[in-house]
Amino acid sequence: MHPGPHAELEGAYPEDEYFADLQQVTAGKTEERLARLAIRESLPTNQWMRGHGARFQPALGGTLQLSRTNAFFLGGGKALLNSYYSAAERLGIQVYYDAEVTGLQLVGGAFAGGTAVLSGQPVRFRAKALVAASGGFESNLDWLEEAWGEAARNFLIRGTPYNKGTLLKLLLEQGAESIGDPRQCHAIAIDARSPKFDGGIVTRLDSLPLGIVVNRHGQRFADEGADLWPKRYAAWGRLIAFEPDQIAYSIFDAKVMGRFMPSVFPPVRAASIAELAGQLELPEPETVRTVERFNQSIIPGRFDMTKLDGCRTQGLTPPKSNWAQPIDTAPFYAYPLRPGITFTYLGVRVNENAAVEMRQLTSPNIFAAGEIMAGNILGQGYLAGIGMTIGAVFGRIAGREAARAARK
Amino acid sequence: MRHESNPARVMTICNACRYCEGYCAVFPAMERLTVFDKASLAYLANLCHNCAECYYACPYTPPHEFAVNVPKLLAELRAQSYRENARPRWYGGGMLAVVVCVAAMFWGVWRMPQPGFYGVISHRAMVELFGAAGVFVAFMLGSSLVRYWRASGAGGMRLRAGITALRDAMSLRYLAGGTSGAHARRWFHHLTFYGFLLCFASTLTAAFDHYALGLRAPFPWASAPVLLGTLGGMGLLTGPVGLLALRRRRDPEIVDQAQSRTETSFLGLLLLTSFTGLLLLILRDTSAMPVLLRAHLGVVLALFLTMPYGKFVHGAYRFAALLRYALEAPD
Repeated sequence: MHPGPHAELEGAYPEDEYFADLQQVTAGKTEERLARLAIRESLPTNQWMRGHGARFQPALGGTLQLSRTNAFFLGGGKALLNSYYSAAERLGIQVYYDAEVTGLQLVGGAFAGGTAVLSGQPVRFRAKALVAASGGFESNLDWLEEAWGEAARNFLIRGTPYNKGTLLKLLLEQGAESIGDPRQCHAIAIDARSPKFDGGIVTRLDSLPLGIVVNRHGQRFADEGADLWPKRYAAWGRLIAFEPDQIAYSIFDAKVMGRFMPSVFPPVRAASIAELAGQLELPEPETVRTVERFNQSIIPGRFDMTKLDGCRTQGLTPPKSNWAQPIDTAPFYAYPLRPGITFTYLGVRVNENAAVEMRQLTSPNIFAAGEIMAGNILGQGYLAGIGMTIGAVFGRIAGREAARAARK
Repeated sequence: MRHESNPARVMTICNACRYCEGYCAVFPAMERLTVFDKASLAYLANLCHNCAECYYACPYTPPHEFAVNVPKLLAELRAQSYRENARPRWYGGGMLAVVVCVAAMFWGVWRMPQPGFYGVISHRAMVELFGAAGVFVAFMLGSSLVRYWRASGAGGMRLRAGITALRDAMSLRYLAGGTSGAHARRWFHHLTFYGFLLCFASTLTAAFDHYALGLRAPFPWASAPVLLGTLGGMGLLTGPVGLLALRRRRDPEIVDQAQSRTETSFLGLLLLTSFTGLLLLILRDTSAMPVLLRAHLGVVLALFLTMPYGKFVHGAYRFAALLRYALEAPD
């Protein structure tokens, strides 16, 4: 959120617009006071981050429509973490690596101690306050399957294989109030050929709004032009999750090739739609018919990728509301897509001090930040960059409050 | 750790990510390339100043299965470009042999010292020998640069681009934003490079004093040749010492170990040059002078002869890459 141009951010992104965008993507499923807190604190937190060595850069070349609403870390997330760890080292904070928490001991809703495995050795530890920032359960294939059934087997996990939700489960089992639905998450369409874990940012695909998307029956199932990409890209993970076999295909032609961020895997390429369908093992006649029907229902307009251009279809279900152009210029391209989960939304409930709400009381010394509590603000849906905002804002609040609790 | 050695594969990954765009010139240049042929890869490799920011920011470095290690890959491609454009195709190797040979030559040939510097070697002999060596260096370096430039397919020259490239080279702009190791390297490199230039300026002023003013070496302490040479020598002493010290602390993951010996021997040769030169200055009025003068000249000659085949060439290739970058930058 910024009231005017600020550093690398252009224009203005006022609180009310930001909150309206959030309400739109979450369909109102958000704790308003916590959401507004995150939004309002995003600018001071940005400044605090810079004070600790975090560096930012202008919006990346090739991204669509992001330089007003999003600040990019120079070097990405790992660079950000590097600067945090350097800052921590300078402050004399001790970090234990290769340490996995295995148990928590709570007394009257307060943290008393816990157990961990440190470089293979079991240890016990005690502390005056605890900040839980260990992520959701997106890497826990069993837990995902519990929530989704067999469909979960076809999900890909975009990041670390270590976010098994151990700490989340421990907190919930010991009386923390939960918030959110275990089936809700931030998931996007990624290349189906990505590694099962940790494919990272390069597997995401930005071609979807520029063509059509079909399922394995060669049929369209959603409006590819429903909204500007930063507000819409996160809907696709879920959309594909509900399609048969959790697979879909982004199909487009030579006219738009190269007009979106390149992908790490090469596109499938053919001289005709029929040939393309053959290569993708899609039913040929269905796929050809889908493309023809799409092409025929387009109302001519002026194509403009940088905004909602109103180039739409008529009499087609589902419609394409923007960026509709006939797919008619060889060569034809496709990317196979699967749902890629970034993080899950089931989390622990917190208050404005990032303190975890237990069933009987607010914990005096357990705090939560990041994915483990993002569900307070994200009941469903996603807005580009909001995960980082929630993490940074509540991380700072949790740290401040934990320090205060430890001094009591 | 093993890293991805297919440059096209690495750059496809970088191009799909782009979060390193703000670190240096390499990534914007990479995004502008449409093909990753040998010439383009040599260009990117020489644009890289090995600041290693991208390595520490990259989520795909080993042990990730993509095994991306851009600094090491580009270091390997750099050495390849030097080797392929030099004539004969040498890079590294044989440095020590040349040094020994030349030093021996100086020891043996001029055996009858007479008073002053020119009793050790006549002025004319010195000018002829080093003049020839200088022309050799300029020709070999220049021709490999032209070969490299033509192969890279870069277009016509523009003054503004030339000025930008010169400024980026002289200030080592692409080491300014790097890790703290890169910052230290930048300052020690400035000491080395500007020390070297001051020594060269010292030689020029000495030639001027000799030919235009009829003065003869050794020159007085307060003269231009001595002042410039002393200042230059100190830079050329502290700079390489600092660079050598930094090398011992370098992360082995980001360097091409195969080039390590060549780079270290170049620094050693520079150190020997400044050391013998400063020692000669201090002891020039003693009986050690003839030995020291022979040693210093021998080392300088060895330095000249190995210039087109050792680490020294990096300056020329990097400048050429910076020039191409400035020419291709959108206005």
